[in-house]
Amino acid sequence: MDLTLKVWRQNGPDKPGEFKEYEAKGISEEASFLEMLDIVNERIVESGGVPIEFDHDCREGICGTCGVMINGHPHGNQKGTATCQLHMRKFNDGDRIVIEPWRATGMPVVQDLIVDRSALDRIIEAGGYISVDTGGTPDANLIPVPKEAADASMDAAACIGCAACIAACPNSAGQLFTAAKLAHLNLLPQGQPERYDRTIAMVEKMEEFFGSCTNHGECEEACPKSISINNIAFMNRDYLVAKFKDRRKAGQT
Amino acid sequence: MTTTGRREDTKPARKLPWILELYRSDVAKKWIMAISGVILLGYIAAHMMGNMKIYFGPEEINHYGEALRELGGDLVPKTHLLWIMRIGLTAAFAIHIHAAYSLTRKNLQARGRVRYDVPREYLAANYASRTMRWSGVIVLFFVLFHLADLTWGTTNPDFIRGDVYNNMIASFERVPVAILYIVANLALGLHILHGVWSLFQSIGANNRVYNKWRRYLAWGFTAVIVVGNLSFPIAIQLGIIS
Amino acid sequence: MTTLDAKVPAGPIDNKWTGHRFDSKLVNPANKRKYEIIIIGTGLAGASAAASLGELGYNVTVFTYHDSPRRAHSIAAQGGINAAKNYANDGDSVFRLFYDTVKGGDYRSREANVYRLAEVSNEIIDQCAAQGVPFAREYGGLLDNRSFGGAQVSRTFYARGQTGQQLLLGAYQALARQVALGSVKLYNRTEMLEVVTHDGRAVGVVVRDLVTGEISSHSAHAVVLATGGYSNVFYLSTMAMSSNVTAAWRAHRKGAFFANPCFTQIHPTCIPVHGDFQSKLTLMSESLRNDGRIWVPKSADDGRPANDIPEEDRDYYLERIYPSFGNLAPRDIASRAAMRMIEEDRGVGPLKNGVYLDFSDAINRLGKDVIEARYGNLFEMYERITDENPYEVPMRIYPAPHYTMGGLWVDYNLMTNVPGLYAIGEANFSDHGANRLGASALMQGLADGYFVVPYTIADYLADWLNIDPLATDHEAFQEAEEEVSGRLEKLLSINGSRTVDSFHKELGHIMIDKCGLARSKEGLEEALDRIPRLRNEFWSNVRVPGTDDTYNTELAKAARVADYFELAELMCRDALEREESCGGHFRVEHQTDEGEAKRDDEDQAHVSAWEWNGYGEAHTHHKEPLTFDYVALAQRSYK
Repeated sequence: MDLTLKVWRQNGPDKPGEFKEYEAKGISEEASFLEMLDIVNERIVESGGVPIEFDHDCREGICGTCGVMINGHPHGNQKGTATCQLHMRKFNDGDRIVIEPWRATGMPVVQDLIVDRSALDRIIEAGGYISVDTGGTPDANLIPVPKEAADASMDAAACIGCAACIAACPNSAGQLFTAAKLAHLNLLPQGQPERYDRTIAMVEKMEEFFGSCTNHGECEEACPKSISINNIAFMNRDYLVAKFKDRRKAGQT
Repeated sequence: MTTTGRREDTKPARKLPWILELYRSDVAKKWIMAISGVILLGYIAAHMMGNMKIYFGPEEINHYGEALRELGGDLVPKTHLLWIMRIGLTAAFAIHIHAAYSLTRKNLQARGRVRYDVPREYLAANYASRTMRWSGVIVLFFVLFHLADLTWGTTNPDFIRGDVYNNMIASFERVPVAILYIVANLALGLHILHGVWSLFQSIGANNRVYNKWRRYLAWGFTAVIVVGNLSFPIAIQLGIIS
Repeated sequence: MTTLDAKVPAGPIDNKWTGHRFDSKLVNPANKRKYEIIIIGTGLAGASAAASLGELGYNVTVFTYHDSPRRAHSIAAQGGINAAKNYANDGDSVFRLFYDTVKGGDYRSREANVYRLAEVSNEIIDQCAAQGVPFAREYGGLLDNRSFGGAQVSRTFYARGQTGQQLLLGAYQALARQVALGSVKLYNRTEMLEVVTHDGRAVGVVVRDLVTGEISSHSAHAVVLATGGYSNVFYLSTMAMSSNVTAAWRAHRKGAFFANPCFTQIHPTCIPVHGDFQSKLTLMSESLRNDGRIWVPKSADDGRPANDIPEEDRDYYLERIYPSFGNLAPRDIASRAAMRMIEEDRGVGPLKNGVYLDFSDAINRLGKDVIEARYGNLFEMYERITDENPYEVPMRIYPAPHYTMGGLWVDYNLMTNVPGLYAIGEANFSDHGANRLGASALMQGLADGYFVVPYTIADYLADWLNIDPLATDHEAFQEAEEEVSGRLEKLLSINGSRTVDSFHKELGHIMIDKCGLARSKEGLEEALDRIPRLRNEFWSNVRVPGTDDTYNTELAKAARVADYFELAELMCRDALEREESCGGHFRVEHQTDEGEAKRDDEDQAHVSAWEWNGYGEAHTHHKEPLTFDYVALAQRSYK
């Protein structure tokens, strides 16, 4: 199939950017979206140009490195699919495809389609862990976890940290990412001792970078792992409880 | 690129009084919007139901207006309780607006100057959720007019203090006022359609057992309020009440 | 040629590790902050080591070329992690895990290391559970297990089909905690391009900021490489696009021996190649073989769609040839069997390059819901890529390069022969012999990072108390920086006519053809002739666009591919000199009458460790003899 691409080009973090058009001719329907970009890049290099920079790595939809706005949809218009798992058979011959980087003040563009998502690492560093040092942990089966809780925790933990939720949000809110991380740990017995401290720390760190949630639900639609916005409600509740509870008396739970 | 945990740009620890510190957080602001929203929704529902008395004639509704002033009966001086409620309501209204205003500013800042080239084709966000700030502004201005017209009487030449029945008819007999009222109530409908659902998310009321009922409740509540409120100008315009 | 000493402690195998920990020197807690340690890579091994060393009080600096530590390719591991917990009450034990791993590795691993791995496997599960890894649970709330290839017990812990992701997130979170506490300094989007040595020991690294192109030096008392494997030498593999051998290879060029480079694993269950534009192969978890049955048509010219082929015309060849292990035969065995089927022209799919993995029996027996609960995400992934619904038509799978057992030679302490330079996880060679069993890579990465290197590194560091690391303005660092910038400038200045990928693809074709599933003397010699010529062409005709002061993927890729040429040559040389078949290394000259791998325990029971002698020079071959005191050498049988 033959396509026309309109791609955001920006030669560095503080440089101005602009859209450029590229022809992508003779693309196989079996190719993935990123393989299509590979082919375009190969041709750009052959003709003496500078290829389009985009983030990608595992190409299995799990590492969360890739992610671009494709015709106004984060990761393209296939539900529950990361950019690398999107295939060209979802497009039609002659299509014009606009490819843009994620846009949010908390995720500035690094180069072309690459953005800086280190804010997400900062949120995890604020408290997205269970404080256990290596060694000295009890036998794994000493901490029974109800299967349903483990499953719900795993549903949230499936987050790949790609930031599509933030890209999709009209407010550039980081709620779905943060809520997923919190739900992963706050739903498990192991996560209880630090539950409320963690929630406050992560929420407030998140708010330093991103907007607020107005419950549109766009993030859930955009999420390549279809993580539910129910996690956001869970986070809100934990945050408020954290603010009102005297944890010295009540313990964390 | 270097990234280390101890970042110099990390904000200093918050030291404001507890309630103000709470209010600095976006999540808490949303919670406060939800709580104040519930108060306002309660008022909207009570207001609509009280006004239904107009269908029972001038005495009923005028008596209702008087009863409001006499709330608390012999236990409190006349109109004191009403004033307390008015102040509470005003406070809820003000804080709802302030939180909305500051969150909107923050969100615009978070989104940044460069927008997506392709207009977003929203998949989950609906018309109501995306127009909250506009429907909210319409409601705000309408409320000011509504007070001027029916509480203070400044925009209503035929206003007679205490004669609710007369005042409503005098107001809604004017076609432009009736149209304004209808438009404003449709905006209010959109606002509370998203608001009623959204407040559950904001306060963290989320449970598989009742989650889907949150949407039904939003639709049901909105329908009752909008139909009820719209009935007044329509009834007056059609001459059902005169 | 010298004989290498692995410094395996004396004593009975079940006491070696305990004894060694007692005998090793310690660094007292107050002194730990006087030490600088550099860790390269943030996969399971790197992140867990960085977190653990940071917790102990060392000053750790960790580098990753990803935008976040959590992106490392450990994240893509699907199936699970082994441990000898015996929760399933099916007769498992540390010794059995040890035995299975040595046998699975076709008796080419170091017994003492493998035993230690089995010993700490249980602690890993405890550690990860405490960290909040959402392992699969039984209804009673206890941990669930499943079985995996090469074992007859259920010892694999898993988190849906995303075990690697969850374990990596656990390690990453532990790392993030140390970063926040200030004990670990993290550099992201920063690639290590040189190991710096001085007086024969590792003193630091030279790195390049991938965003700004800035080259800088970092010094430390010890350097730990946790940089993964080199399967991308085949171009198409299950590795992530940016996985590379550069860090390990640069260490090799600075004197670290590279061990058993020809031991590569071809994983039997990948989605077959569908076109020449393809950039990578996608693995379908081995766990699928628990419920899927592998078959091909009995006759070579059977062109019917899978569902139209009646039972009697199907050949469930794994069940036929290996009745006791059946579809759960180890990876090397299953891969070669698939290859033979395709060579017999019984392959399926449009390019006749796959075999069927059929779930219809399991769906009939257990119901679609159960299969969906077990493998739902894998089935979805398969459907997204192939546009076929595996609930209705059998999956098509084919072997693909996956894991590399070879790597930097390390002793029992996981230190390379360069003092102060450690290699952990897939980057070293130590634990898997000639073939890795499923669910063992995660185990090894975390064992090395959480429970081995934090202890063994103290033994080396203790001697360097109160001695500052070499200053980065020392000439050793200056020379290394110049070497790095010179190399990058050279790549940018060639301005030839071929892209980096076209070279990489051609190299990959040679390697998969001549040094892939089956290797022959003739083929390897041909490869050894072609690779240097291709390498020379690369250095005179590659085109690397852009500049070195912005983000430049092509430049980073070119530097990596340059190192692959040198590695590829060594792999072929190693494969040529290993005159036997074992595990993933199958020399067609050495096979039994039934076509199984035939080892030569007389002459080949050793680790081949290669020493770099300079660009274009032949390597020196060193050997570490392998002795087997606890596992009797036997022809591996899974029949």
